[in-house]
Amino acid sequence: MAITRDEVAHLARLSRIALTDAELDHLAPQLDQIITAVAQVQEVAAEGIPPTSHATGLVNVYRDDEPRPCLTPADALSQAPAVEQQRFRVPRILAEE
Amino acid sequence: MELTRKTAAELSALLAGGEVSAEEVTAAHLDRIAGCDDRVHAFLHVAADGAVAAAREVDRRRAAGDELGPLAGVPVALKDVFTTIGAPTTCGSRILDGWQPPYDATITRRLRQAGAIILGKTNMDEFAMGSSTENSAFGPTRNPWNLSRVPGGSSGGSSAAVAAYQAPLAVGTDTGGSIRQPASVCGIVGTKPTYGGSSRYGLVAFASSLDTPGPLARTVLDAALLHEAICGYDPMDSTSIDAPVPPVVAAARQADVSGMRIGVVTELSGEGYQPGVMARFAEAVELLESLGAKVTEVSCPNFRYALPAYYLIAPSECSSNLARFDAMRYGLRVGDDGSAGAEEVMSLTREAGFGDEVKRRIILGAYALSSGYYDAYYGKAQQVRTLIIRDFEAAFGQADVLVSPVTPTTAFGIGERADDPMAMYLADLCTIPSDLAGNAAISVPCGLASEDGLPAGLQVMAPVMADDRLYRVAAAAEAALTERWGHPLIAEAKGLGTSEPWFSGERGGSA
Repeated sequence: MAITRDEVAHLARLSRIALTDAELDHLAPQLDQIITAVAQVQEVAAEGIPPTSHATGLVNVYRDDEPRPCLTPADALSQAPAVEQQRFRVPRILAEE
Repeated sequence: MELTRKTAAELSALLAGGEVSAEEVTAAHLDRIAGCDDRVHAFLHVAADGAVAAAREVDRRRAAGDELGPLAGVPVALKDVFTTIGAPTTCGSRILDGWQPPYDATITRRLRQAGAIILGKTNMDEFAMGSSTENSAFGPTRNPWNLSRVPGGSSGGSSAAVAAYQAPLAVGTDTGGSIRQPASVCGIVGTKPTYGGSSRYGLVAFASSLDTPGPLARTVLDAALLHEAICGYDPMDSTSIDAPVPPVVAAARQADVSGMRIGVVTELSGEGYQPGVMARFAEAVELLESLGAKVTEVSCPNFRYALPAYYLIAPSECSSNLARFDAMRYGLRVGDDGSAGAEEVMSLTREAGFGDEVKRRIILGAYALSSGYYDAYYGKAQQVRTLIIRDFEAAFGQADVLVSPVTPTTAFGIGERADDPMAMYLADLCTIPSDLAGNAAISVPCGLASEDGLPAGLQVMAPVMADDRLYRVAAAAEAALTERWGHPLIAEAKGLGTSEPWFSGERGGSA
């Protein structure tokens, strides 16, 4: 087995997805099958082959640092789930003691 | 005059000649959408008011004597992955249901500047992850050739809209084949430009090193016209290539393959390929040879590792990109009851907002990037990517373009592969190499498979920034095949019935 149900549950927690038990039962064997298939890349003799992260070969693209128009506060906040005092209102970020 | 039957090039000429107005053209397409989209479900949002207003503006400018481009007044359907001011952008996901972007994607902006009329936003697999459009949170799109079949994906709403005459043109995105595969199974033309040739600014990101916007159309020339309008350098995209757009429209008009070296890729055939698809492909290659091309066979031994490498690289990038959906600044928020903490709200929102395939890929990507597994999976996949680029370089030393089928089978049934991820992934077997290598590729119809009477496609691949070669070959194949059939292949599509007044009298012979 390439990946266990517990490992999938752990990865889901790290990915901030509150999977249900039923979903874990469903997704874990599928992920096991997928990982077994993609593990084929390990057959390739790739000693000394440099990795490619993207195909253009471009590095460090800069643009001129010039002021330009940007979103207004009203536009930036227009799609927020909750707004307070012209700010994004978010749930508490610290655990209760 | 049935305006929805016209190609974009024909509409452009009629508009320029003052024979029809942009408003009439737009109204005809909106009527067509209203008349059949309950069956096709190509659109997630029809922007009727905005389209009519844009059309009136084009008509006003034309009357005022303004210089207008070839797409002024020509309708286009936009995949719901591009941001649009004034129209929602959902990416086929619950997590973005109802989101109204505050800015236009570069592709959207260029379409508006060209005077193209944006009819609406088309359905897609959620976050462009899929090959059937069944992964949309808003229900599947149906194939206009046979309503029980998928239209391909992830740009299945775009391919179905064009095949159903709801729009002459559509824009899609290709990450692993998401333009070419839906084009193939809907019997139309679709191009993945060179990576970096079309802007990703304002495109909701899936796998940033692969995502490539491109055109879908019923003819090669129309695809070239749209290609030229939307492609080109964009300083807003840091991976944009600062070079002129290859001369794709001229190449489509040239439609000449004499003396061209065409390489048939050995590895893109064999087990798992539908015989009817291979038969039409072989005929297309013979036809190109009869038109003066020199056909050789080329080997790309590492292509067999392209699919597994892709399903490590794309999910890895997706797991990172989709971290932005955190329920804080926009989109869905679930479980914010005043006592739950931010992480809990985030987890509940992502659980409720993402569908199965998106969850699978995020978790797969998180796995591939985990310390301890990184070298064996993601690192190895990146090395395979280098080997695939080298295979292409060697092959393009022997041939000007490479050819293969677009996808191993014709359109499969709705539901047939919906819960079998590995079977679904095989649909991208032939298209993924060009995504990993970043070169250009096109899908052009090459006939109907004898088993099921559904369309098959010819894929042509060209080197980076040699997109014009695609159009030379595809246009030559299209012209010769259309002559052989006596009509364009799309005239054989019967999924929406044959009761339309324009349907009869234009179909003679069979494909």
